[in-house]
Amino acid sequence: MSEAITREIDRSQMRISDEVAIEIHKMNKWYGTFHVLRDIDLTVHRGERIVIAGPSGSGKSTLIRCINRLEEHQSGRIVVDGVELTSDIKNIDKVRSEVGMVFQHFNLFPHLTVLENCTLAPIWVRKVPRKQAEATAMKYLEKVKIPEQADKYPGQLSGGQQQRVAIARSLCMQPRIMLFDEPTSALDPEMIKEVLDTMIELAEEGMTMICVTHEMGFAQAVANRVIFMDQGQIVEQNSPREFFNNPKSERTKLFLSQILGH
Amino acid sequence: MSETHAQTVAFVRDTMLAPEPPPVAESGAVKWLRENLFSGPVNTVLTLLGVAIIWFLVSHFWDWFAHSVWNASSLNECRQIIIETWGEGARGACFAVIRERWNQYMFGFYPSALYWRPTMAFGLMFVALAPVLFSESLKIRRTVLVVTAVVTLWAMVQLNAPGAWLVFAAIVLVGGLAISERHVSWLLIFSVLYPLLGVWFLWGGSLWGPIMVLVGPLLGWAAWTLVGRFSALLATVAAIVVTLLWWLMFASRAAADAEGLLSLAIPFVRSDQFGGFLLAITIGVAGIALSLPLGIILALARRSDMFLIKSMAVIFIEFIRGVPLIALLFVASLLLNYFLPPSTNFDIILRVIIMVTLFSAAYMAEVIRGGLAALPRGQYEAADALGLDYWKAQRLIVLPQALKISIPGIVSTFIGMFKDTTLVTFVGLYEPLKSMSDAVRANIAWKGIYWEPFIFVGFIFFIICFGMSRYSMYLERRLRRDHR
Ligand SMILES: Nc1ncnc2c1ncn2[C@@H]1O[C@H](COP(=O)(O)OP(=O)(O)OP(=O)(O)O)[C@@H](O)[C@H]1O
Ligand SMILES: [Mg+2]
Repeated sequence: MSEAITREIDRSQMRISDEVAIEIHKMNKWYGTFHVLRDIDLTVHRGERIVIAGPSGSGKSTLIRCINRLEEHQSGRIVVDGVELTSDIKNIDKVRSEVGMVFQHFNLFPHLTVLENCTLAPIWVRKVPRKQAEATAMKYLEKVKIPEQADKYPGQLSGGQQQRVAIARSLCMQPRIMLFDEPTSALDPEMIKEVLDTMIELAEEGMTMICVTHEMGFAQAVANRVIFMDQGQIVEQNSPREFFNNPKSERTKLFLSQILGH
Repeated sequence: MSETHAQTVAFVRDTMLAPEPPPVAESGAVKWLRENLFSGPVNTVLTLLGVAIIWFLVSHFWDWFAHSVWNASSLNECRQIIIETWGEGARGACFAVIRERWNQYMFGFYPSALYWRPTMAFGLMFVALAPVLFSESLKIRRTVLVVTAVVTLWAMVQLNAPGAWLVFAAIVLVGGLAISERHVSWLLIFSVLYPLLGVWFLWGGSLWGPIMVLVGPLLGWAAWTLVGRFSALLATVAAIVVTLLWWLMFASRAAADAEGLLSLAIPFVRSDQFGGFLLAITIGVAGIALSLPLGIILALARRSDMFLIKSMAVIFIEFIRGVPLIALLFVASLLLNYFLPPSTNFDIILRVIIMVTLFSAAYMAEVIRGGLAALPRGQYEAADALGLDYWKAQRLIVLPQALKISIPGIVSTFIGMFKDTTLVTFVGLYEPLKSMSDAVRANIAWKGIYWEPFIFVGFIFFIICFGMSRYSMYLERRLRRDHR
């Protein structure tokens, strides 16, 4: 288990409301003839912290990328914050400005400073005045503990710092839902901790989060639900305690024995 | 004390070593020569061969250059002077032709009383370019603008520019300098207006012409805001239609009417009076300024998901790249005459500019497409995930990076295009290299002079192209410093 996790969040303080944040119903997706996602059903309530795990190629990335329509699904429904994702550009833009996404390889804009990375979308999408956007950006950069790097370019930062900038950049749009696609798997061990700490803090504030990760320590400490995927399907979902101590399906057991190394 | 002590004793340095210069053979000229010119038998032979060739060339041409004459009014006089000074049989260059025909090389057959107008237009162009080319460096801007102001005003005085226009030029030049010091982005307004102003200075006529051209986009904008309430797509169409309608149907009449009410005219100069570097630079600058945006649009179109737009871009690019520029120029000069109504006066320089622009835009599009393809997919995804729409993502994220990658290719295209302006000789325009030199030789005084005009024109082209190349290197360096 990862030593990166130093604390568990205080679950007694966490509120999961009845309000539905994301609803996915019988969703299917194909790449050409390849059936990547099969009959996905998933309901996420506001305030939930969901970790998606599964072997490589099982469709985890594809699933969360469907939620902000970086990938298009071919059948079924995806409703985010009450807005159904169809080919209607207006709906897509609305969903995208409500949903933040953090990528494995950060995808910061290398030609802009850290501060400009953070203010770009608020200024151009939300039409926030520049001064105000900069103040908000500084607030979030402080939160991810790198306000002093605001005027540097992404290329001048370490991987962990870049990923924290990427998180701050998403937060600047004040999203109601955050998606993380293996945010720590391109990082060295000592940097993983600083990114996970940031994410834990975010969870404590009640952010709705869906996180694809291989950090099982993080899943145990933070998630209220773990979803296991294989071959484009949701194979098992459960609370982290049950999932890790008492896996039901054979695939899950195999996966856990491989990833946990015992 | 044990026996192992001697082997395991810790080492502590008690005197620090002072730095020493490297051995002689390892630094300076000797090292450089050995490494670069004489590093092996093959290299040594090649070096000696190279030196021999250079020696041959220099010794051959040196006399010719050294014996050059700068002050004479005909080729015969030149030869006379050479023989008198360096003896019978001496050869020498007669650069006097450049001195004597300087104005013709610069302005072609432009009325000599109006030489100050292109000169002023050329000077003010730097005021328009400074905020675009040197937006980041106050120091470079200051140097460029001060030099431009001094040279332009001096040249205008030499060319007997009217006092009022001298004052005008001085105000723009000094004002531009002052604005550049404080709010450089304000100067961009002048950059936007400059093309119209420049056209007016070069061709003359009524100022109402350019003003009415400017009215077109303003009306288009009005239409856009009006229709924009109903549909964004319709608004764009309406804006384009209104603008074109105004330009094609009403602009010239409105200009004529306004001119009748209040005359703002300066003497008109016909396009066939343009020539020399004035012509080359007019076509080159217009082509450069127009082909970059067109190339960007074509590159984006070629990468578009929309089948129709994509295939139109592909067809256009492949067609234009598959046809020689000369063919396009012939189309511009001859064929269009068949299609246009007989009385239309479609300016020949304008036609050539359009063809040259289309030609280099096709190449530009491919260069930029390479830059677009080099961007990682993650950049597009991050832009999408933040909710930026297509145009914002292109403008703020994609193009700044793609254009930066493409700078060397873009500037190569510019340079190639600028040199290709000499091809307009085939449609009867007096570009400096061939037509103008022929015109000079047509005069009995300079009959038989070949090398000197070519060397001179080639030299000026070299300076301009080399300048562009240096600028692109400066730009690359500056942008690289930004990202590291
Ligand atoms: N653009 C694409 N075109 C075709 N097939 C794709 C495409 N993207 C992904 N795939 C395939 O879809 C499947 C699921 O991919 P996905 O990236 O969602 O897996 P993943 O679970 O995120 O794996 P990993 O843990 O390695 O990131 C894989 O088999 C992959 O090869
Ligand atoms: Mg993945």
